[in-house]
Amino acid sequence: MKVLIPSALRSYTEQGKVSASGATLGAVLVDLDRLYPGIRFRMIDEQEQIRRHIRCFVNGVQVRDLAQPLAASDELVIVQALSGG
Amino acid sequence: MAVKKPKAASRKAPAAARANPSRKSALLVATRKGAWVYHGDAARRSWQPDGPHFLGHVISHLVLDPRDGRTLLAAAKTGHLGPTVFRSTDRGRNWKEAARPPAFAKAPEGEKGRAVDHTFWLTPGHRDEQGVWYAGTSPQGLFRSGDGGVTWEPFSPINDDSEYRKWMGTVQDGTPDGPKLHSVIVDPRDPAHLYFAMSGGGVHESVDCGRSFKPILQGLEVFEGMDSADPSFHDPHCVRLCPSNPDRLYQQNHCGIYRLDAPTRVWVRIGKSMPKRVGDIGFPLVVHPRDDNTAWVFPMDGTAVWPRTSPEGKPAVYATRNGGKTWQRLDAGLPEKQAWWTVKRQAMTADTRDPVGLYFGTTSGELWMSRDEGRRWNCLARHFPEIYAVETAEFE
Repeated sequence: MKVLIPSALRSYTEQGKVSASGATLGAVLVDLDRLYPGIRFRMIDEQEQIRRHIRCFVNGVQVRDLAQPLAASDELVIVQALSGG
Repeated sequence: MAVKKPKAASRKAPAAARANPSRKSALLVATRKGAWVYHGDAARRSWQPDGPHFLGHVISHLVLDPRDGRTLLAAAKTGHLGPTVFRSTDRGRNWKEAARPPAFAKAPEGEKGRAVDHTFWLTPGHRDEQGVWYAGTSPQGLFRSGDGGVTWEPFSPINDDSEYRKWMGTVQDGTPDGPKLHSVIVDPRDPAHLYFAMSGGGVHESVDCGRSFKPILQGLEVFEGMDSADPSFHDPHCVRLCPSNPDRLYQQNHCGIYRLDAPTRVWVRIGKSMPKRVGDIGFPLVVHPRDDNTAWVFPMDGTAVWPRTSPEGKPAVYATRNGGKTWQRLDAGLPEKQAWWTVKRQAMTADTRDPVGLYFGTTSGELWMSRDEGRRWNCLARHFPEIYAVETAEFE
């Protein structure tokens, strides 16, 4: 599926749009890490929680559960919630 | 993590720390918005900035591996991404991210586990243990790398020990951006002899390569009404071991300045001999590389609401030359008034030259140095982001 990468994570992907596969949100992020090592830990902590400033949208709807099923035709947008200065 | 106990090392005092003339001096400046390397000339008069590295990243600590003179580790995160460690093996020209940054063990199903918010402190291992590094994190955790910082594992049982977890408290019990494990110290005579400190949570020692730790609290004061036997109430800000006498430790604590001389395990409050109007509150403490009677502190205001700025807006370093019996004010060259500086615990350091060079960075982004052990100060650079840490380096 198509995955849109926020600017803060493009040091891993070197592009804003990439492709990854998986049957769930968690599986897609694991696949992203296979393709771009290190990227997952910047978004998901060691307790398998989405980090505080990371948001994931599937087809425009926010998804908070890594077990959320996804289809190959879905579009995943990863957003960094900016705060502070 | 199971760690093989190193061979028994001799307790012989190490050679006094001296600068290697074939190595080039540098300063490693870590800030809230990136890192800089300042390369100095032989006289330490001319400094060339290299940076920013990791612009926009919070860099809590940038440290050179003194065993090879070229490997740098940087503890990094951004406000919006998880923490990591970057590694360079060519003095900062190229960087690569750790394959497995410090992270707590996954909690069993149904239990709430901890997640590293940021790596706060980096310490190279013993000179005989190439590739070994230690890291302290927020929330408090102790981690070890055996491969030069590429992969990290939780180290020693303290991260998950129920008693230590109680002493660590919660995010509400520590410093404003999270409680920290810091001042990880390796005895230069014995790689199995370790110390660390926690804000809050006290000072702790291991003599078995981290298999177990015990608090060292005797003599330390706590806020009135608190139980000084409970490590939870202790807030060491910075602990340093004297390279010329590893039996001597100095400590800047939330409640004063202390010295400990092994084999006793009793801290003596040497800050009581500081001038009363200045007090003995602060964050950093620096020891002399060759003289265990000499140490420097940067006092800050610990009265009323604890502004932790230079008392009366008149910054000064204070030095003791006799193990804390007396202190001397060193402010020549520093602003005479209206300078409300804060210097964080990792933001003051010394080199190993003779005379010793001293360096500190302020939260207002100024970098200052003295080439003569604090007698005269010069501003080396201004306009940095908030400075978190300053370390010296001697590049191969």
